[in-house]
Amino acid sequence: MRATVLVRPKQGILDPQGAAVRESLRKLGFEVGEVRVGRVIDLELAAGGAEEARTQIERMCSELLANPLIESVEIELGEP
Amino acid sequence: MSGRPRVAVIVFPGSNDDRDAAWALGAVGAEPVLVWHEQPELPAGTGAVVLPGGFSYGDYLRAGAIASLAPAVNAVRAFAAAGGPVLGICNGFQILCEARLLPGVLRPNRQLEFVCRDVAVRVESTASPLLGRCEVGQELVLPVKHGEGAWYVDEGSYVRLAARGQIVLRYGEDVNGSLGDVAGLVNEAGNVLGLMPHPEHAVDPLLGSADGGLLLAALVDAAAAHLHVVAHA
Repeated sequence: MRATVLVRPKQGILDPQGAAVRESLRKLGFEVGEVRVGRVIDLELAAGGAEEARTQIERMCSELLANPLIESVEIELGEP
Repeated sequence: MSGRPRVAVIVFPGSNDDRDAAWALGAVGAEPVLVWHEQPELPAGTGAVVLPGGFSYGDYLRAGAIASLAPAVNAVRAFAAAGGPVLGICNGFQILCEARLLPGVLRPNRQLEFVCRDVAVRVESTASPLLGRCEVGQELVLPVKHGEGAWYVDEGSYVRLAARGQIVLRYGEDVNGSLGDVAGLVNEAGNVLGLMPHPEHAVDPLLGSADGGLLLAALVDAAAAHLHVVAHA
């Protein structure tokens, strides 16, 4: 099964990377407001079903993929 | 036991201050031993551990995140749980936070720039033996060199940490956007210290400051005390 994990800086957490990108976009002439930069992690896993896959990915997130203090995650499951 | 307590310096792929740390530890009376991160156990007779500075795994994912899963870090976790003194410097501090041996996390500097200079750091608490050679209010001059040194924790935890004296070092100015200008903190038991400044680069007045020697010498004191306790357990 394929899955995508979106990791974002939590709301209210300062995101210097997003701020740097926003400044560069403004230099290019784009009128942009807030910009926030996260990560996309595409992965393939051997899970029996959607529920098992989600449980596995939630564990991956808490053990490695994201830091719950500062990041929020969103899990998207692909075709089995 | 020889007169020089053994201090293990864990080497990760991308560590770059491991040899400086070993040299500085030797200069303050330790017997430093470099330990590759894949080692599942610390060398026999280890009295203290240093997680050195650098860019382990190229800071992939989050600084320190991947290194925090190394077998040697598991050994450090057991060593710390048994009361063994542990010092994490810069990337080592990031690894300790990611390994949850210390609270909080180190985030990219607020000013979006790598900061590399000497800074003044104030000693806030000497409750931990790792600050045993310092006095409250004392100012230490130590170099920093990091891009991800803005320590952050939720407000409730911050208040608790400050009340318990776990915040041991604060910058004298806003260096990187760190919450409360925190430069270093200890765990609740006081035997694990993490800090962004580099004491191992400040052990000789010829290089600007010898203040780092106070922190490293206190670690060596703690190593000797730990070995004494283990030997008489």
